[in-house]
Amino acid sequence: MKDAAAIVGIGRTPFAKQLPESEKTLACRAILAALEDAGIAPAEVDGFASYTMEETDEVEVAKSIGAGDVTFFAKAGYGGGGSCATVAHLAAAVATGQATVGVAWRSRKRGSGGRPWRNTTVQLPTPAQWTRPFGLLRPADEIAMLTRRYMHEYGATRDHLFNVALACRNRANQNPAAMMYERPLTREMYMTSRWISEPLCLFDNCLETDGALACVVVSADRARDCRSRPVYVHSAAQGLPAQHHGMVNYWAEDPLRGPAWTAAQQLWKHADLCPQDVDVAQIYDAFTALVPLSLEGYGFCGRGEGAAFTEGGALEIGGRLPLNTSGGGLSEAYVHGFNLITEGVRQLRGTSTAQVPDAATCLVTAGEGVPTSALLLRS
Amino acid sequence: MPARTPPPAPSPAETGLLLPVPDDDGAPFWSYAAAGELRVQACAGCGTRRFPPRPCCPRCQSFDSDWQRTSGRGRIWSYVVAHPPLLPGYAEAAPYNVLVVELADDPAIRLVGNLVAAPDAPLGSAPGDRLRIGAPVRAVFRELGGGDRRMTLPRWVLERP
Repeated sequence: MKDAAAIVGIGRTPFAKQLPESEKTLACRAILAALEDAGIAPAEVDGFASYTMEETDEVEVAKSIGAGDVTFFAKAGYGGGGSCATVAHLAAAVATGQATVGVAWRSRKRGSGGRPWRNTTVQLPTPAQWTRPFGLLRPADEIAMLTRRYMHEYGATRDHLFNVALACRNRANQNPAAMMYERPLTREMYMTSRWISEPLCLFDNCLETDGALACVVVSADRARDCRSRPVYVHSAAQGLPAQHHGMVNYWAEDPLRGPAWTAAQQLWKHADLCPQDVDVAQIYDAFTALVPLSLEGYGFCGRGEGAAFTEGGALEIGGRLPLNTSGGGLSEAYVHGFNLITEGVRQLRGTSTAQVPDAATCLVTAGEGVPTSALLLRS
Repeated sequence: MPARTPPPAPSPAETGLLLPVPDDDGAPFWSYAAAGELRVQACAGCGTRRFPPRPCCPRCQSFDSDWQRTSGRGRIWSYVVAHPPLLPGYAEAAPYNVLVVELADDPAIRLVGNLVAAPDAPLGSAPGDRLRIGAPVRAVFRELGGGDRRMTLPRWVLERP
């Protein structure tokens, strides 16, 4: 698998709180933009991968964009935990000859289309019977519970969470496509904002966005003939740890050791690189607190050191590990982490709006706290 | 099962709360809760307790289990204080706390619940300044719902109010 497949095209729609077009139309626009970027005709597409939560399916998308005969299609589960897995599945498919041109996509009207946690009918059986009646209703509540414990065990503070929010906002302020492009964030704004679920405030939560993104994956051989500079999938991994319980991981022996640790072991085992070689990281940020947990899980620091790692501008451009350089889910757009993949590609092409000089290696992660996935990309 | 004292009727403010929808594995927990007992599933083969309940033992793979009574005592492992936007019944009670409690009998077993000022006091009734990781708590039982849809939920009060 190592470097056997490459991302050769990326595409997206605008990002906004509300877009007039349907999720299906947005999906088609993002996919066609990615194919145009790659210089590949839609009729050559024979593979698809998306999330189980994706509402547009292969049948509708394939016939709308004019795909050819499709020989591989897969969906990855667990919400934002599946983002990198979509590319991983396509990379495996093109490396093993099951497809030649794969498209991964996510289209979501999360900005205008309502909040999933308000639906009480589909989520009340396991494990919701143990949590939701007590008012632990939203992902923010579930992660806030782990955050409080993390702060208690390791001395993390709200200032550490602010460091994450600020780094993402600063990068969004450099990115005209970001929802928060012209909206700077200050420490005072953060510290005086309203609570959502203590200890998480408004700015610890990701945006609510309408938008779609896509990327095109082909074999390394094919990649050399494409229009855009290839970005290779050096290593890819999924992670579902033993005795894991999803976002409500309170029943695991060690609830703060999440799926990132499992995915990381697999990711680094198959890579020629180690965490110290990573030039820039796109780390899933539905909530600020996921970033210190992921920094520990992926091996950038030791257990309990993720909060301290964020100090001294470490996550800013020029810091130890520039983070979420398009603004991430917190400040560019929240489309289940797919914008982290496309920004990883831009960094390695040298075309980011917050370019890390000479970036050659980028870690991209999917949702931590749920069964997850990750990609190690290289130029 | 021992005789039980009927729990107080739900207050009007608490009728909008979600009731548990038990699955096959979880149903005994709620039946015992209705009897005022906090019990957890344990493997009949190797004795390992497990939560949430599930069909077989992840340690020895036995499908036989029994339900062991606990002391109903524990400590706060973590907590949040939820603020709107929330579902209607919860928005009315906000801000309210939600706890994870580790059981004194077996700290590996943790339960989500709410700290209340008294067994019949509503969600959000416990003073915020009493919330503390490590604080000892004990289970009380509260019936919610109405008509033919009533469920008894464990809640928590401070051991040293």
